[in-house]
Amino acid sequence: MRKLLRHWEFILLILLVGVFILMSNLSPYFLNLRNLLDSTVHFTEKGVIAVCMAFIIISGNMDLSVASNMAMSAAVMGIAFRSGIGIWPSALLCLLVGMAGGLFNGLIITRVKLPAMVATLATFSLYRGIAYVLLGNQAITGYPYEFATLGQGYFPGTNIPNQFVIFIALAVIFGFILHKTTFGRSVYAIGNNEDACRYSGLPVDRIKVILFTVNGLLAGLAAVLLTSRIYSTRPNIALNYELEIITAVVLGGVSIKGGRGSMIGVVLALFLIGASRFGMSLLNIPGQMMTVVIGLMLIIAILLPQLLDRLSGKQGKTA
Amino acid sequence: MSRTARDKTKFTLTNLSVRRETSLLLFTLAVILGVTLHSPRFLSWGNFHSIFLDSAIVAIASIGQMMVVMTGGIDLSVGSGLALSGMLVGLIYKAGIALNPYLALLLGGLIGLGLGSINGVLVVNGKIPPIIATLGTMSIYRGLIFLASDGQWVSAHEMPSSFIHLARGTILGIPNLLFIAGLFYLIFYFFLSHSKTGREVYAVGGNLEAAKVAGINTDKINRIVYSVTGLLYGLCGVLWVSRFASAQPDTATGFEFSTVTAIVLGGVSVAGGTGQVTGVLLGALLISIIENALNVTQTNPFWKLAIQGIVILVAVSMDGIVRRRQGTKVVREEQL
Amino acid sequence: MSRKLLELRGISKRFPGVVALDNVEFDLKAGEIHALVGENGAGKSTLLKITTGVHQLDEGSIFLGGEPVTFNNPLDAKKAGIAAIYQEHTCFPQLSISENVFMGHPLVSNRLQRIDWKGMHQRTKQLLQELEINLDPKTTMNMLNVAERQLVEIAKALSLDSKILLMDEPTSSLTIQEAERLFAVIRRLRDDGVAIVFISHRLDEVFELSDRITVLRDGKYIGTKDTKEITTQEVIRWMVGRSMDELYPKKDVPIGGELLEVKNLARHGEFREISFTVREGEILGIAGLVGAGRTEMARAIFGITPLDQGEIWLNGERTKIKSPRDALRHGIAYLPEDRQDHGLVLAMDISQNTTISILDRFKYRLLNKDQETEITEKYIELLSIRTSGCTQLARNLSGGNQQKVVLAKWMATEPRILILDEPTKGIDVQAKAAVHTLIGELAEQGLGIIIISSELPEVIGISDRILVMHEGRIAAEFKRDQATQEGILQAAIGRSGAEADAV
Repeated sequence: MRKLLRHWEFILLILLVGVFILMSNLSPYFLNLRNLLDSTVHFTEKGVIAVCMAFIIISGNMDLSVASNMAMSAAVMGIAFRSGIGIWPSALLCLLVGMAGGLFNGLIITRVKLPAMVATLATFSLYRGIAYVLLGNQAITGYPYEFATLGQGYFPGTNIPNQFVIFIALAVIFGFILHKTTFGRSVYAIGNNEDACRYSGLPVDRIKVILFTVNGLLAGLAAVLLTSRIYSTRPNIALNYELEIITAVVLGGVSIKGGRGSMIGVVLALFLIGASRFGMSLLNIPGQMMTVVIGLMLIIAILLPQLLDRLSGKQGKTA
Repeated sequence: MSRTARDKTKFTLTNLSVRRETSLLLFTLAVILGVTLHSPRFLSWGNFHSIFLDSAIVAIASIGQMMVVMTGGIDLSVGSGLALSGMLVGLIYKAGIALNPYLALLLGGLIGLGLGSINGVLVVNGKIPPIIATLGTMSIYRGLIFLASDGQWVSAHEMPSSFIHLARGTILGIPNLLFIAGLFYLIFYFFLSHSKTGREVYAVGGNLEAAKVAGINTDKINRIVYSVTGLLYGLCGVLWVSRFASAQPDTATGFEFSTVTAIVLGGVSVAGGTGQVTGVLLGALLISIIENALNVTQTNPFWKLAIQGIVILVAVSMDGIVRRRQGTKVVREEQL
Repeated sequence: MSRKLLELRGISKRFPGVVALDNVEFDLKAGEIHALVGENGAGKSTLLKITTGVHQLDEGSIFLGGEPVTFNNPLDAKKAGIAAIYQEHTCFPQLSISENVFMGHPLVSNRLQRIDWKGMHQRTKQLLQELEINLDPKTTMNMLNVAERQLVEIAKALSLDSKILLMDEPTSSLTIQEAERLFAVIRRLRDDGVAIVFISHRLDEVFELSDRITVLRDGKYIGTKDTKEITTQEVIRWMVGRSMDELYPKKDVPIGGELLEVKNLARHGEFREISFTVREGEILGIAGLVGAGRTEMARAIFGITPLDQGEIWLNGERTKIKSPRDALRHGIAYLPEDRQDHGLVLAMDISQNTTISILDRFKYRLLNKDQETEITEKYIELLSIRTSGCTQLARNLSGGNQQKVVLAKWMATEPRILILDEPTKGIDVQAKAAVHTLIGELAEQGLGIIIISSELPEVIGISDRILVMHEGRIAAEFKRDQATQEGILQAAIGRSGAEADAV
């Protein structure tokens, strides 16, 4: 039991069960498979990015620009669609713009050698600004009916939302890459000691550029999914998403200093946040409260391992 | 290494900070000239009066941000903290309590001090990277505004005129806001240039290990820096509410980026260790000029955010490149 | 004169994987210069840092004027009247000389606690003049060269008017004239009753200046003697612990064809005009003082930093090496000087460290636990790494075993040329001997080996040929049978008349 408790994933699982028990006691609508499955759309867009953000944070980096990148890609998609090139080519363009945004991050981090936090803080402002410049105060609406299937439809023959299927598929693929391939191993190693990795001949810069580019691509994908779900494009979409994504990753047991973490933990943390959010909305707790809760979760998730370390350190001494 | 080559390096490097401020001034003048050619009414006393007033609040808050960045950190909670302090003071008036405006200012400052101290404790004692800790408190403080105000505004008719006068009045013909900004400028000029603690802020940012070895309580300095930043944005929050005669849940969203832009324009290195109040003042002024210019020339006002992003990116890149060059120079001297 | 001002009793200090100090004794009297000597990694700097509160001791006690004291931080020690000059630069590059000198204890005037800039500049000017340095106290530190910075560090220590002054290699970047000036100041301080600890690797300085000498070896206390009563030879024997032949068994290996040739390598500000060859089975030693450009040269050959000019030829073919990856592909491996920061990923286990450079040789780039374990166990056995198994974290290994894991990582890449940068720095004598034996065996297998070392006995003992670098250039070359400590040292410090024999 004590050994199990050391595993963060196990604690997350217990917390998740706890939230389920609490919420189903508080609201009769909570423990309903269909409702629960439908509620996943509120975190799957973030989850799509979180699977790659986990790589970025494990490698000791950070991407604060993802939500802004989503807004920028979505804005380009909206304008492209309005100009009449059709929805699917526009969606493809959205992915490409997101990817370009990520590539740009990766290049300034590796070429200009800026810390990822600082570089993506700047593009956080820049990409959001571009979204505003492109769209101003207007919203783009009138997307065709078939586009909605992506964000609002269900996997053929089931009650499972398409978004959830996409998210799970990505989580499995990225989990496999992280834990079973040499690329994943390199990411852990870079997060633990980047210098030693350079001295060991790992292509550190190339790996970083790949990570940020893929993160951008997924931001583009998340933008497509979000647009398809809410059916309109505004420059202020996805506000504060980066906060929630980073929170989920850190809550999932990924060390903010890099080098540690697992995909299962990140997925569980996403479920945990999703279930809490869903439960709170059933209880009519205002959305702003959720912002506070997520901010607190982020801080506690970072503080908790330290506290546990200090605690177990003391126990070790007395034992 | 020959003597002449060294002297040359010396020449360029000692002038670096002076050059930064001069070039900033020249750039500002160029912007003013350009905008005036496009729309002459830009260069009117009335317009500049409002530019100065706009820049005052950014300038005060940026002094705090500068100190944080000088120690190698960053405070992203400036906007939310400002809005929360302002909102809480606004709510007091809404509740019908006739608080003396100066007490209100003090109260706002104290609330900010509390919020800033939380950041300080999280960063120093919790060892959370500053950008993450303040990202967290940014959303917590913002969420608290909504919770405290229930999403409602506090508007002009709910505030006593004496309070609105706080930011809009004049002392000896000088607008109060400018007066207050000037006062803080002097206080922090003295603090950073002539007090032991102020100099230790530079030391902590310049070389943390060396500062420890020199016997400086680096944790204390870091906590002070975040707390003082809180104090400053708390005061700014009250001034903001007074100036615009309204407190809104989304007041000052993105304001932290204005402060970061102001300080990088003002020549503060994101790597820590350098920064002057004068530069920051100029940086804040330039931001207000650009913002105002966007209005006057009827450019899409949303350019502001993109311009901030570009400015930050260019400034930190230049900073990094310059620093690396200096770095190699030092190595060269070490070897030869 | 005989009053004991400072006493250290039974001092022990452990760092992860290293016992830095083991039951060390030291005492210091007022008005004496006490030299602390030992090889690299003997624990001199650690002892100094414990005395100044930078590190906290694990065991033992410190007595100041007979009273037991505890220093939890540098401020405590400073208040107790202890000042120090550290080996690492502890300056604030963006701040002025005055401010650096007075950091932490500025002069303040009047009730406002305003900093007295004028007074600080004046006092600094005075201190600098005492050291015969002509610098404006308002100059910022990043304008100064290394020697000037070193002198400012000394002025800083003097500004405290301390009773005890600790100096860690204060002359390492000074010219002979500057060093002489410093010695005059040190002697004057001694005559004023200040107690001085002087750490230096230049034994001639130690004998010129000190009253007593204490020797440390591998973190252990060896002994203390009055300088007059001991000879240089004896001090060296204390430092090394045994005679050279025992330490460095050298195998005779037939030297084969040319593996690597570099021509006229240069990198601005680091090194220039570097040309040499390495043959199969040959061990090429590279000696020189710290900062002579040896590590910089090795890093450039390995592709970590770019070369400004010069050619690298491998097996008779001109080769461009732009990254460590290129170097590995061409069979070059580089064991860095700093094994904890550059050699290992401490938080990963032995097998993950061993395979880190051969990850792209795994089939389909998938991790294969069995294969990894197989490779790792092979090297654990070959290098006799003392460990509980291949899943032990690198962090928890001793220094010597950590170094063996770095070696295992490079051997797994099956290199033709192995560059070793201070391979035995800070590891214990037995591990040292094991590493030396291993280097010999690798040469026997036909590898070309370049070994950079600051320990002269090591370079002389192990190499077939020795290059000596001085200020970025090759100052001399010695064949094995010509090499002497004196000859190499002369060339390393750039004394004219060194035999720069072409071989």
